[in-house]
Amino acid sequence: MATVNSTAEPTAGPVQTGPASLGGRKRNFLTGMTLGDFLAVAPFVLFALMFLLLPMSYLIVQAFQAPDGSFTLDNLAALGTPKTLDSFLISIRVSGASAILGCVIGLFIALAIIRGKLPDGIRSTVMTFSGVASNFAGIPLAFAFLATLGRLGLLTVVLKTVFGFDLYKAGFNLLSFWGLTLTYLYFQIPLMILIIAPAIDGLKREWSEAASTLGASNWQFWRFVGLPVLWPNLLGTLSLLFANAFGAIATAYALTGSTLNIVPVLLYAQIQGDVLGNRGLGAALALGMVIITALANVIYLVVRTRAERWLK
Amino acid sequence: MIRGKPWAWLVFGLGALYFLLPLLATFLFSLSIRKSGYTLDAYANVLADPRFQSTLGYSLFIALCTIVIGLVIVVPAAYYIRLRAPKLRPIVEFVTLLPLIIPAIVLVFGYIRLYSTSSWLPVLGWQLGGQYVGGPLILTFAYVALGLPYMYRAIDTGLRTIDVQTLTEAATILGANRLTIIAQVIFPNIIIAVLSGAFLTLAIVIGEFTIASLLSQPVFGVYMQNVGANRAFEPAALAIISFVITWGAMGMIQLLSRFAPKTARKD
Repeated sequence: MATVNSTAEPTAGPVQTGPASLGGRKRNFLTGMTLGDFLAVAPFVLFALMFLLLPMSYLIVQAFQAPDGSFTLDNLAALGTPKTLDSFLISIRVSGASAILGCVIGLFIALAIIRGKLPDGIRSTVMTFSGVASNFAGIPLAFAFLATLGRLGLLTVVLKTVFGFDLYKAGFNLLSFWGLTLTYLYFQIPLMILIIAPAIDGLKREWSEAASTLGASNWQFWRFVGLPVLWPNLLGTLSLLFANAFGAIATAYALTGSTLNIVPVLLYAQIQGDVLGNRGLGAALALGMVIITALANVIYLVVRTRAERWLK
Repeated sequence: MIRGKPWAWLVFGLGALYFLLPLLATFLFSLSIRKSGYTLDAYANVLADPRFQSTLGYSLFIALCTIVIGLVIVVPAAYYIRLRAPKLRPIVEFVTLLPLIIPAIVLVFGYIRLYSTSSWLPVLGWQLGGQYVGGPLILTFAYVALGLPYMYRAIDTGLRTIDVQTLTEAATILGANRLTIIAQVIFPNIIIAVLSGAFLTLAIVIGEFTIASLLSQPVFGVYMQNVGANRAFEPAALAIISFVITWGAMGMIQLLSRFAPKTARKD
């Protein structure tokens, strides 16, 4: 359910606050800490410890603990059972498909509204709508798609009665891999548009003018200038969208119940009833999820710094 | 002649179709509770449901607490980092991004293990004057964590547009202490950024399901899930209602951003 602050930093200017020199005297930021300074950061540090770092470390430790408290790798090994492995695979497939499609479709929509010379109002409308839609996830989103494409959904019924086309007989099912992917796209595409729009703005008009002066076709411009510049951004956003979908559960839970056993749904059931009957296994499941989302985010952070090189 | 390239119109049109069709279909579906003709009965049913009012009220209350606690945690820290310890900035930024890396369900799992009644710090069992406060407390802090990346960025962007250094020096010369400076000098200057962060937090928190349901808290998201499991047309009405709420929160941010100062400080 990640979102992008739509008031995102318009002023990415280099603001140097420098090592503060109150009263003209340079102070080391740790040794020169006053009580006021300490009180200013105390709530943040305490919160980070109690609600981010400690709970996470606690789970990681438990992932390596046998019921009697001794060290073990059994919990991690248990992730390899067919049922658990299956949920990881389904999760990765759904997240991957919705991230790739979201990236491609979002890129095209962003290109259309920015470089397609559409009337002025369209861009701001699309950006505002993207801000809303990227936040419109979870339970209500599932309801909307059930009302539209569910077995009794409006679109399903209209297609059947008016056009004589039975979606469900044609093999479509909302409570399936593609159904879930289609639903996830509703928040993935807008997120892509919000993130990639500033990058596309950064492609300077002079570049395409220079390219066409040199005789490059439109395709050549994108192949040799546009895409190489955007590439780190695309890759970064792709991994962000992947992590975004991988951690999402509410939409899938409301949509499919437990028919589609993605990892978060499995973990949800595990937390609710300890159905796997093993404390360590739940922690291992959580650890597996975090490793995957962390990898995706690391890719995002690494390529983001690269992406900023051209787009200033 | 219409402006714009044909391919751009095509892409825009297909996109609009995908995004507007579900909204339109959901809206019409929510009106079709009777066999013939459209009525607002589904909305009337939802609005008259005492659980709708109580859960939405509770969610709004938790959201408000989340925003207040989030501000108390983020504003002084972001201010301090800007003013005194820019070297710590990457570390703090990384910490604020952690909630994006750790999925919400894993986060709440950690809380349940760490703060359950059988643990060494049984916050989840806390009572205060006969009132159960443990669950609501953990829920609020979980939501603070969810909103942290957005709250921090909003506040930090706000701080960037004002001259923290000069304001602090001026206030210090006039005899203000650190708390006064933050509350009466810095805070009013970044109020637009604060409100943006607040509305974004509201949009994220108001329909949240996973965390609240695992903490057994009677919030709006859990109520919606409940209705979805038992009714046919009311869920569609609820989807439209939450879309309107989300739209309202994001609309406020848009509106506020027009008042935001556009200039960074000049050195």
